Amino acid sequence: MDWTILSFLTADALQNGTIYALLALSLVLVFAVTRVILVPLGEFLVYAPLTYVWFLPPEVSGLNLQGQIPGTAWLAAAMLLWWAILDRKNLRRAGLLALGALGVLGLAWWGAQGVPLWLGWLLAVLVVLPIGPASYRLFFEPAKNASVLTYLIIAVGLHFAFMGLGLVFFGPEQFRLPAILGGQTTIGLVPVNNQAFLVYGFALLAMVGLFLFFTRSIYGKALRACAVNRYGARLLGISPSQAGYVSFGIATLIACVSGMLLAPLISPAYFQGFLLGLKGFVAGILGGLISYPLAVVGALLVGVMESWASFQASAYKDAIVFALLLPILFWRSLQSHELGEED
Amino acid sequence: MKRALIGLLALGLGLGLAQQAPLKIGVVVSATGPAASLGIPERNTLVLLEEQVNRRGGVAGRPVQFIILDDASDTTQAVRATRRLIQEDQVLAIIGTTTTPASLGMIDPVAEAGVPKISLAANLEIVFPVDEKRRWVFKTPQTEQQMSQPIVRDMAASGVKTAAYIGFNDAYGEGWARAFEAAAREAGIQVVASERFARTDTSVAGQVLRILARNPDAVLIGGSGTAPVLPQRTLRERGYRGLIYQTHGVANPDFLRVGGDVVIGTRLPAGPVLVFDQLPPDFPNRQVATSYVQQYEARFGIGSYSTFGGHAYDAWAILRPALERALRREQPTNLAAFRRVLRDELEATRNVVGTHGIFNMSPTDHLGLRFNEAAVMVEVVKTPAGKLDWKLLRTFR
Repeated sequence: MDWTILSFLTADALQNGTIYALLALSLVLVFAVTRVILVPLGEFLVYAPLTYVWFLPPEVSGLNLQGQIPGTAWLAAAMLLWWAILDRKNLRRAGLLALGALGVLGLAWWGAQGVPLWLGWLLAVLVVLPIGPASYRLFFEPAKNASVLTYLIIAVGLHFAFMGLGLVFFGPEQFRLPAILGGQTTIGLVPVNNQAFLVYGFALLAMVGLFLFFTRSIYGKALRACAVNRYGARLLGISPSQAGYVSFGIATLIACVSGMLLAPLISPAYFQGFLLGLKGFVAGILGGLISYPLAVVGALLVGVMESWASFQASAYKDAIVFALLLPILFWRSLQSHELGEED
Repeated sequence: MKRALIGLLALGLGLGLAQQAPLKIGVVVSATGPAASLGIPERNTLVLLEEQVNRRGGVAGRPVQFIILDDASDTTQAVRATRRLIQEDQVLAIIGTTTTPASLGMIDPVAEAGVPKISLAANLEIVFPVDEKRRWVFKTPQTEQQMSQPIVRDMAASGVKTAAYIGFNDAYGEGWARAFEAAAREAGIQVVASERFARTDTSVAGQVLRILARNPDAVLIGGSGTAPVLPQRTLRERGYRGLIYQTHGVANPDFLRVGGDVVIGTRLPAGPVLVFDQLPPDFPNRQVATSYVQQYEARFGIGSYSTFGGHAYDAWAILRPALERALRREQPTNLAAFRRVLRDELEATRNVVGTHGIFNMSPTDHLGLRFNEAAVMVEVVKTPAGKLDWKLLRTFR
């Protein structure tokens, strides 16, 4: 292995690692605040670009959809409506949620009529975004104070449901999306897709944004309080459900935007989210699902391991990456006494 | 619902036909899941055939009923569906399924019950060697070994001395790796790298680098569906200028849609039905292929056909005459004996022209195709209208 190959592999590791890092950050955020391991995060990541495909003009997507509204919009609207029914006692909120459901359908209809690319891009994120917080309200909040294991089982169930729905909505095949920045730039020896720079830029933005959010804003501080001690936070008047919505919302937003930026590089399909999410999870585990910086380091490590393994022994790539989990779990189990089981 | 419809249809066919019990044929296809882009045209083709056969008076005056089950591209579900078809529906024969692993899984249940089965999957191991169990199993799609021949011949004709392989890390990719490496060795082409990737992978940079480091004259990508676009795109992005070959697993319109300009110039072996309108006039299966595509497109839309539906068409093309012959020898009410006779008659298939070739079965060959008629070399080109399309490169007759 010479320097050229090493630098190529590093560039690849960086690109994959960045996506895992973004997912790991979202997973850590959600876990810290709500004790939910958000397995379906990978599905949200592919939902956004797949929805975008429905908003593309036929000559770009190569499909003839005739103004069909994507299934994700119906899903988001149905979930918001259900949420409105659950919260019917609070008339104002229920009304807003019902309006939101209509709004999502309206946006999707608008997008499907044919809009400029940038607008379709935004609309796709907006249409998919409500699915995250609504999942928390519909599936996790009713199981208040359940154990981490119960939440995990719910999350795995949701993952299967969302993946199956993804197949129903978008079909079995992949799609090609237009890149925002086409072409390549050569750094040293390595040609890097310009689109990848957007991914890096967004990752930096997300990290700095999260840092400022948690240290400067009152919402962020409330989330941190929730993460540190839920009872204490409640005594101080912080609503755990609201913290849940906000954390699910942020995680979904990060996943959606990462998916939108990554999609032109990978040709997304409904089945691709899970493995990305799983590798993000492996990265998050490195930080014990508590530490943000460690999660990012873990993500880059997973990326490096993956590209090294794909070069050296491509048939065993995933086996090697997931085998990484074992020593880490072992090491962490020696380190920590209680694993998130607080009550 | 489906059965109710079929019942109505049978009623509409008039009393004589409706009063006879239908000939039940079980079908298992992957209409959902990762192999759906193969399974859906297969299912559509069989739905089309069922209507057509019954409209024209059935087989030997009896209506035919296809009981179509979906295995969701999953081996366990395929086996369960097979058992259901055999035990509950008491079918005479089974067509299916789409994928190799599931087709292999179905061998045991059909062999135990003694039901002839025609698989729609590629791998040679489904029918070879013909042993106590595989006696009952036939198949219609070309094997990797047969499809490797055109690739290797085309490589040799293009002056390729060294080649690399990158394929799925599953039965499909492994089967191709073995078949291609053997065929290449025979033709004096050196295989300098053999890499694997997963259908779900989002990056294959490592594997591609390893291939580039060996600088082969040509690369063969062994995958199916749209996932093989990724290695091809990565190769081109990393500046690879040699020939890129794909397998017939990508001979579907989705591959062109997802691939875009990156896949222009790709060469692949395919069943002749893919380029039915470009075949030389004396090509033996040109007529069958053309009529199949016209019927399919009339029902499911222009440009909707793919080669996979042709395998289902061919399965019926060999099953139908075998059924007719078996009906002369045995009553279907005598189920076990009829299934045995039907198996013998399938094995006695001679000179059946299908969409993909000419079938000549024998006790040692349950596929019966020769690559000379069953494979052509095709290239992806951009038409003057700016659309991507398949262009016939060479035939091997």
